[in-house]
Amino acid sequence: MAKSLKLVVACSLIHDSPFEVIITNDTMSTIYIDNKPFEVKAGKNLLEACLSLGIDLPYFCWHPALGSVGACRQCAVKVFKDENDTRGRLVMSCMESIKDGLHLSVSDTTAKAFRSQVIEWLMTNHPHDCPVCDEGGSCHLQDMTVMTGHDYRRYHYKKRTYTNQYLGPFIHHEMNRCIQCYRCVRYYHDYAGGKDLNVFAAHNHVYFGREQNGVLQSPFSGNLTEVCPTGVFTDKTLREHYTRKWDLTTAPSVCHHCSLGCNTIAGERYGALRCITNRFNSQVNGYFLCDRGRFGYEFVNSDNRITQPLIRNRAVEAVDETVLMDHLRTLITNNTIIGIGSPRASVESNVALMQLVGKENFYQGISDNLGFIEKRIVEVLQTGVVKTASLNDIQQSDAILVLGEDIWNTAPVMALAVRQGVMHTAAEQALQNRALPAWHDAAVRELVQEEKGFLANCTITTSPLDEISTSVVHAAPDELARIGFAITQHLNASLSPVQLGNDAMTKVAAIAAALQRAKRPVIISGTSCYNEALIRAAFDIAAALKATADEVHIAYVLPECNSMGLAMMGASSFENAVLRVSRNTNVTAILLENDIYRNMPAHIADVFFDKCQQCIVLDSLNNPTTQKADVLIPAATFAEADGTLVNNEGRAQRFYQVFIPANKNIQESWKWLLKLQALKNGTGNGQAHHPEDVLTLCEQLMPQFTGIASVAPPHDFRIHGQSLPRAPHRYSGRTAMLSNLAVSEPKPKQDGDSPFTFTMEGFSGMPPSPLIPFFWSPGWNSIQSVNKYQQEPGGALRNEHAGQLLFQYKQEAAPVYFKDMPEAFVARNEKWLLLPQYYIMGSEELSFYTSGVAELSPDVYIAISEKDAEPLGVVNGSLISIKVFEQTYELPVKIEAALQRGVALMPAGLPGIQVMPWNGYVQLVSVKL
Amino acid sequence: MLSHLRTMWLVFLHLFHKKETIEYPEEKAPLHPRYRGRIVLTTDPDGGERCVGCYLCAVACPVDCIALQATEDEEGRRYPEFFRINFSRCIFCGYCEDACPTYAIQLIPDFEMAEYNRQNLVFEKEDLLINSQGKYPGYNFYRVAGLEAGVKKKGEGVNEEPPVDVHSLLP
Repeated sequence: MAKSLKLVVACSLIHDSPFEVIITNDTMSTIYIDNKPFEVKAGKNLLEACLSLGIDLPYFCWHPALGSVGACRQCAVKVFKDENDTRGRLVMSCMESIKDGLHLSVSDTTAKAFRSQVIEWLMTNHPHDCPVCDEGGSCHLQDMTVMTGHDYRRYHYKKRTYTNQYLGPFIHHEMNRCIQCYRCVRYYHDYAGGKDLNVFAAHNHVYFGREQNGVLQSPFSGNLTEVCPTGVFTDKTLREHYTRKWDLTTAPSVCHHCSLGCNTIAGERYGALRCITNRFNSQVNGYFLCDRGRFGYEFVNSDNRITQPLIRNRAVEAVDETVLMDHLRTLITNNTIIGIGSPRASVESNVALMQLVGKENFYQGISDNLGFIEKRIVEVLQTGVVKTASLNDIQQSDAILVLGEDIWNTAPVMALAVRQGVMHTAAEQALQNRALPAWHDAAVRELVQEEKGFLANCTITTSPLDEISTSVVHAAPDELARIGFAITQHLNASLSPVQLGNDAMTKVAAIAAALQRAKRPVIISGTSCYNEALIRAAFDIAAALKATADEVHIAYVLPECNSMGLAMMGASSFENAVLRVSRNTNVTAILLENDIYRNMPAHIADVFFDKCQQCIVLDSLNNPTTQKADVLIPAATFAEADGTLVNNEGRAQRFYQVFIPANKNIQESWKWLLKLQALKNGTGNGQAHHPEDVLTLCEQLMPQFTGIASVAPPHDFRIHGQSLPRAPHRYSGRTAMLSNLAVSEPKPKQDGDSPFTFTMEGFSGMPPSPLIPFFWSPGWNSIQSVNKYQQEPGGALRNEHAGQLLFQYKQEAAPVYFKDMPEAFVARNEKWLLLPQYYIMGSEELSFYTSGVAELSPDVYIAISEKDAEPLGVVNGSLISIKVFEQTYELPVKIEAALQRGVALMPAGLPGIQVMPWNGYVQLVSVKL
Repeated sequence: MLSHLRTMWLVFLHLFHKKETIEYPEEKAPLHPRYRGRIVLTTDPDGGERCVGCYLCAVACPVDCIALQATEDEEGRRYPEFFRINFSRCIFCGYCEDACPTYAIQLIPDFEMAEYNRQNLVFEKEDLLINSQGKYPGYNFYRVAGLEAGVKKKGEGVNEEPPVDVHSLLP
């Protein structure tokens, strides 16, 4: 494959020679475009300069995140020797550096003719597919074809065809549409590190796909749908209920499937959520999402949704809101009420519940173990000693240490950012003292070869990140924590030394040395090992690095989308709630969007539900917890709700309601809870509040949330007196969508909680960055229009407000080391330390409702080390029984060479398997057949 | 005075002219084939539904009176799951027909669509679909499109080369 790519690149290198250019950063140069002077940033290429100036110049192979290779020949401009030169020469603007005083012409007739000819060539083989192509209407090729003015086919010969491949449940392949820009391979292979998508064959027969049919292995494959400028790779889940971009009602949203809080755009049509696309945020996700985030939205449309308020144990259980409210009034006024919060509900909902039940009656719906670790994370970050790392900081870092967290599976986009950090550092080192611009992708890769920046990946078992890691350690969590403390000791000799094996000591010394050399190191850890010592160890390293580095960042990965927000509320754990209901008989519990059976072992949850007098459950999907509810209230999902999430770095971000569900019973949890509040107080109807009012209340109740109310513009924000439309101006079918029900159109739905309308009426310009419902600009219908919203291609959005950081960095704060480290891990006799193995596909509750995610999720197994397998007398695939909480499971064995002796791994979060005693010891017995 | 008399004379003469009035509805007015009347969905020469659910008619419609949902059969052929035109809003501008890339939606010379109840002017797919190719006989989109949707195999369409053999290095 690489051969053909290199050929193309080699050709382009002959024509475009950027080597004579000296690169300087952040200085401005004056260039003359069509004889008009412009101030542009030096060090960029001409294409970036033109786009940042708002000049429409067509391109295909260039992408802000991927750099330039000059393969498509589409962005030609004419460059002149000086102001007297009238002849000029054609160059590819993406391959030409900015030089002060450069004269170029975009509108030159030769350049224009060249560009339209290139499109015409590309179109000779492009099929007559647009009507049935999912890319249509958001297609970069369509946009560029219109832009260059090619409108009539002069070529009357045959078109090339290709057979397609099956690429899994998420990506549809239609190879005929390919224009050979190589973006897919450059993204999938070079950027994301995937191995199974490549380019095959030669000359005008090149083929982009897999070696044979099969599921794309990279968990970032969904981005191909946005990276591909045509419809070769399209979203298969959208295909199930296809809607054009112009017909979607969209709103800015935040991904709910892990703690990173990637920004997304969620689109609705006919009352169903249709697709999730990336919403650029320079500090968080940039251009890319993981497949769980992109495709895990189907739960919103699930048949398993709760649609009807129920009061159980009555003749008629389904009730309307009036009956429900009457019933709840008696319940909440006559009993002690406690609230169980949720790590996947918004801050608003959790705060509304806390206010309703009172601070002392509010509990986190998570286990003591996890609660303790999360509390430690919050404490550590609140000291302000070390900055929290945004994904952008990770991409920009020059040395990364991952301590204990399997980020590939628990925070996939962070793993992608880590990869960029590693690649970026290698490129930076290779480019030192060389007159080669960083955007010159092919040349930089040629120079870098297999070099990598520093990454130490210390995890329990193997991870796909290992192959780009300089240093890899696989050990039990306690052992990893000790390694962490040992690294700190290397960095700060005043601390007491740690006893480790010789092997480990060599690695520790190497890691410490690399971190010490780094200017912008990042330390990553998290909760997935259920080990608090790791959190402390990671902090100690980061704190010690403050002495040597310019900027140190620390990132902790948490389990769920609002785990950080919930942890910051500082409530006590679920076990305390169980104690409370066991002691007092007259307790009514309100459970907020939380399946207790996913967070707690079943026997503890059972005790809770037995002892509770009444259980009021608010949730969006039926689950074991809702089965136990005495009163069940249908809650809105993220697509039907406004709310704020706090991501793993303490960044509060607002997500907006995409549509109002036709079923009036489905309401935001915080709205239900405010109604209950009004019932309790006996005043008002609880509907006078907007999200920012709840957040203001949150700030008053808990000063640690100061600033969260200004996370987004208030509900009455207007531009020139106009609201912002959720629908594009070409939204179709308004007078026919609902005419089967009644021919008179209903009044458009009103949204009192956000600056958005549900129609296309309103302000049509560029909204402030947290309020961008879709990316569109005249002539730019595809996602590439994000260029128009950025200060410069690939840079921050104009007036970007990338969320509200709730942890303040204190430059002067002196680090206090934790020092106390765990004992060395020793394998026990006949007992194994049970740890969770997370999976991108399958471990998360909500995304499992997407059939493709369920299809790709693993079967349950138990993994043990090679050394343990022999004494147990088991081989790969043989059955082993595990006894957990008086229940015995027989599971197939998977032998993992990387595991330390005495450690057992089990997939976590899969449906149908109860919560295991993670980080506890279990007995394993081989099953003799 | 003279003018009045002249006018009366001319009116009188009209008694003997040929009648222009058409006795509608007993007698039908002759309409051109491209008259913009009732909207129909046509079928292709093989009898299949021509509409591929591309949404171009809906987006071209200035009064937004077309709503549809595309779906796909097991062979990958797109068709509308539902297709609805609210004729009480339609202005018969013919933009939908102009926009249609498959000649599926056509305006035909029939305007007799009056209803007492406005709700009856909402036409669903079964009301719109006719068993005819309409004004453009012989066109089947899937024969000229690149993709394979059960109509032709890859490379068997109009002006198509057989699929590329990726193992071949021949020029």
